[in-house]
Amino acid sequence: MEFVVCVKQVPNTTEVKIDPETNTLIRQGVPSIVNPFDKNAVEAALRLREQHGGKVTVISMGPPQAEEALRECLAMGADEAILVSDRAFAGADTLATSYTLATAIEKMGHFDLIICGKQAIDGDTAQVGPELAEHLDIPQATYASKIEIADGNVRIEREHEEGIEVLETRLPLLISVVKSINEPRLPTVKGTMKASRKAIVLWTVNDLAVDHARLGLKGSPTQVVRIFTPKQRTQGKLIQKDTARAAVLELLGNLADAKLV
Amino acid sequence: MQFSLTAEQKMLLQMVREFAARAIAPSVAERDENEHFSRELFNSLTELGVAGICFPESYGGADGDTLSYILVVEELSRVDDGLGITLSADVSLAGWPIFQYGSEEQKKKFLAPIAEGSKMGAFALTEPNAGTDAAAQQTTAIDAGDCYVLNGSKIFITNAGEAETYIVFAMTDKSKGIKGMSAFIVEKNTPGFTFGKKEHKLGIRTSVTMELVFQDCRIPKANLLGKEGDGFKIAMATLDGGRIGVAAQALGIAQAALDHAIKYSKERVQFGKPISHNQAIAFMLADMATQIEAARLLTYRAAYLKDMGLPYAKEAAMAKMFASDAAMSVTTDAVQIFGGYGYSREYPVERLMRNAKITQIYEGTNQVQRMVISSALLRDSK
Amino acid sequence: MTIKVNSAECISCGVCLPACPFGAIVWQGDKAYIDERCTLCGACLDVCPVNAIVREDEAREVSVDKSAHSGVWVYMERVGDRLRSVGHELLGQGRLLADSLQEELSAVLIGDDVSGLAQETIASGADRVYLVEGAEYAHYSTDAYTKALAELIRLYKPSVVLLGATTDGRDLAPRVAGRLGTGLTADCTGLGIQAETGLVEWTRPAFGGNIMATILCPDHRPQMGSVRPKVFKRPVPNWERTGEIVHVPIRVEASEIRTKLLEVIQVGAATLNLEEAEIIVSGGRGMGKPENFALIEELAEVLGGAVGASRAAVDAGWKHPLHQVGQTGKTVGPKIYIACGISGAIQHLAGMSSSDIVIAINKDADAPIFKAADYGIVGDVMEVLPVMIEELRKQGR
Repeated sequence: MEFVVCVKQVPNTTEVKIDPETNTLIRQGVPSIVNPFDKNAVEAALRLREQHGGKVTVISMGPPQAEEALRECLAMGADEAILVSDRAFAGADTLATSYTLATAIEKMGHFDLIICGKQAIDGDTAQVGPELAEHLDIPQATYASKIEIADGNVRIEREHEEGIEVLETRLPLLISVVKSINEPRLPTVKGTMKASRKAIVLWTVNDLAVDHARLGLKGSPTQVVRIFTPKQRTQGKLIQKDTARAAVLELLGNLADAKLV
Repeated sequence: MQFSLTAEQKMLLQMVREFAARAIAPSVAERDENEHFSRELFNSLTELGVAGICFPESYGGADGDTLSYILVVEELSRVDDGLGITLSADVSLAGWPIFQYGSEEQKKKFLAPIAEGSKMGAFALTEPNAGTDAAAQQTTAIDAGDCYVLNGSKIFITNAGEAETYIVFAMTDKSKGIKGMSAFIVEKNTPGFTFGKKEHKLGIRTSVTMELVFQDCRIPKANLLGKEGDGFKIAMATLDGGRIGVAAQALGIAQAALDHAIKYSKERVQFGKPISHNQAIAFMLADMATQIEAARLLTYRAAYLKDMGLPYAKEAAMAKMFASDAAMSVTTDAVQIFGGYGYSREYPVERLMRNAKITQIYEGTNQVQRMVISSALLRDSK
Repeated sequence: MTIKVNSAECISCGVCLPACPFGAIVWQGDKAYIDERCTLCGACLDVCPVNAIVREDEAREVSVDKSAHSGVWVYMERVGDRLRSVGHELLGQGRLLADSLQEELSAVLIGDDVSGLAQETIASGADRVYLVEGAEYAHYSTDAYTKALAELIRLYKPSVVLLGATTDGRDLAPRVAGRLGTGLTADCTGLGIQAETGLVEWTRPAFGGNIMATILCPDHRPQMGSVRPKVFKRPVPNWERTGEIVHVPIRVEASEIRTKLLEVIQVGAATLNLEEAEIIVSGGRGMGKPENFALIEELAEVLGGAVGASRAAVDAGWKHPLHQVGQTGKTVGPKIYIACGISGAIQHLAGMSSSDIVIAINKDADAPIFKAADYGIVGDVMEVLPVMIEELRKQGR
């Protein structure tokens, strides 16, 4: 079976801090990582490959440095990696990104299952997966916490507000996965060394059959016009007492006064 | 001159860093407190292939270089140097002499499992009366025709009790002095081979150190490493390489102490400002960082010389001596920067200071290193 | 439009490099250079001391006749035979947008025999209700709902479409936007109208909640966005209001629905529905170990609330990710949010900032959570929680 996993290299946003004096983002020293949910996607593909055989190809659209992220996926055990990178793709929003990825996946030829992480931790949009499925005209199952394939039938458990939804569908298909689906494996030393020597396929705009008007910034309906730091909630009352009971009683008293409890 | 890591080395580091953060870091304080070596944790590390980095693929390795392996020991030691030295003893002190001096059969039988992580190795030279004077061995190996019979004991043996494969030194012919010393591969569970007391230590408490006891322990002849009489040469050559590992351990300890000190000095507010704003503190940080960087260059260069097939004994001794002194000094300063909190077990710097001390002692005290360095200097200038 | 560094004027001061939230400014030789990671947010424009960074506009090809589009729509998500609160919340905010644009506000209802819900949406502010009914819509499916909503939009050409950023909303919205080739902004926490252009200003947290971005969709229609639950208040229903109900026959063949819902497995749903909970008690790394979460659960039970957890607690394996509150977890907006042993990383604050009252318990008086808390107790959660549970029980709760 042919598995395609879409990955994104992202800044580790959990390590980003705001400079309290200038109220701006301190980006220095923030490492670039493989989007954590995408690692779950790679792991899911590797496990399915172990069960059903086939090939796992990881694909990323991004700047040349995104190669590092692809190598990490190769080290985990992916068979091939494709980097889609060109100045022409710069400034793409989710629609232009998903369009570009769709043309790249079409160029790859046959695929059975595309797996994505539920969202990227820098943008948190969760849009590229479904938009990609739409461009490719294949069904989708988002927020999957379990995937089982048998005779071309796919059974998916989906994390939902109301509980776990069990869906059944067929290949080809796009699935986006949540954190609880698996624990991504660590690459081995041999896997890492092999990955660092492996060639990564680079596709530029000239390699893809694309409508240039749908690429990058020009092909992006949405535009970021302003970036600012979020408004902070204001600090209220800090209760510091000698005993836990005194503190709790004061809190409950305050809440009662404010008619909250 | 090349001062940058290869893409492969960077990826290896990233991998080890992630593993250390996820699997090792959460329990290090507790294991130190309880003086507990976790074989499970060590196995999960070597199962990734970490012990095979610098051995050929034909013996279960990854065909990498010494520098890559040294980088991994350093990175590991930043988080848990007890595990760092466990790995170093496993690879440099047990795996390497088999690789260097073993027969094809010995390499297949004993090196491959170490490289693949299914077995663990240890190195047994030190005796109660043969420390720095390694030639004063009292353990004997008598040729009994079809086997050697080992009698004697070894102390302060890292990985003892846990390891499956031991490189043991013993006298096959006392009359020949150091030329009468030989090296043997001894498997755990060989009749007559038992373990004595477990050492309770100041530092590296996440590693295990024990005594080995041999009483009429019969070793197959096939387990002689090299030839009879090669023992002293094997021991010294092995320690040359092991010292690069100790230097890497010391580097990791020192780097961790500096990282903690920088972070703390920026967060700790006294007299209304972070203590890092005081030059007395900031300059300490500058000195610590410079010592570490110098130690790092010495260490990496010793590994590089080894990879190039050039002589490295003197450089390995310099790296071990300088890096361990740097680790002791940097960790002491880190405790000082933390003040009272630094002395408390609530923060990790006191552990780093305790751990640093051993790096000045084992695999040749720093006084021995000076002997190695000076004798090389005087010999080379003849 | 592009943003670039005029290298002749760049003085190599490096001030712009850390100013870029996306790390898109790099050294090229000794001059700053903006690479393909640029999202045109403009954060760098003001920091350059010599104005060497400039925004250049290129003519964009206008793809749609914007004047043909009018009206603000709200997609009403159902749970069984009731409407999710977020739909009502969006009708409330949609009303404001529609009034400011002087356009109509419509609700979109898709389902099997759901006309009974139409009046509810009118009471919450809709002028018109588009009803698409049929057995094929009994349960949500990506294929059927995408077809219905996309067809409706093609037929009636709204200018703005709002959806709740729920699991299904985030499944449906990008699929529809992809089909229509229009812009979509996810997980908004603020909506406004730009006075000079009449465009919707979509504001959303990004970068792990560290920054807010305001986004426009200038040349494509409709302008689409998903909005987080509980960001806007649900309007008080006005049952006197009247509105028009438009039945639109859009049919989907069974063969067009490629995914089949087999069943829904409940997982402790009573304590799980964080998004709609009025009281949430959350635990973080400061709880020390998973067993201590029993105290969180007990307090939640006493208060009739739900149990949440920080990313740290979820990553440590103490709680299932379904409990995670924060930027990559759930966004909640209860009346009372009690954070126990949670330090208050920005990712966490991004998920609970719209709570009415925040109570924090943490032993570190400097923990950032206190800056976001209305009431904070400095103390060990393991001491405070048992006393709190005991005192609340005494009060008969």
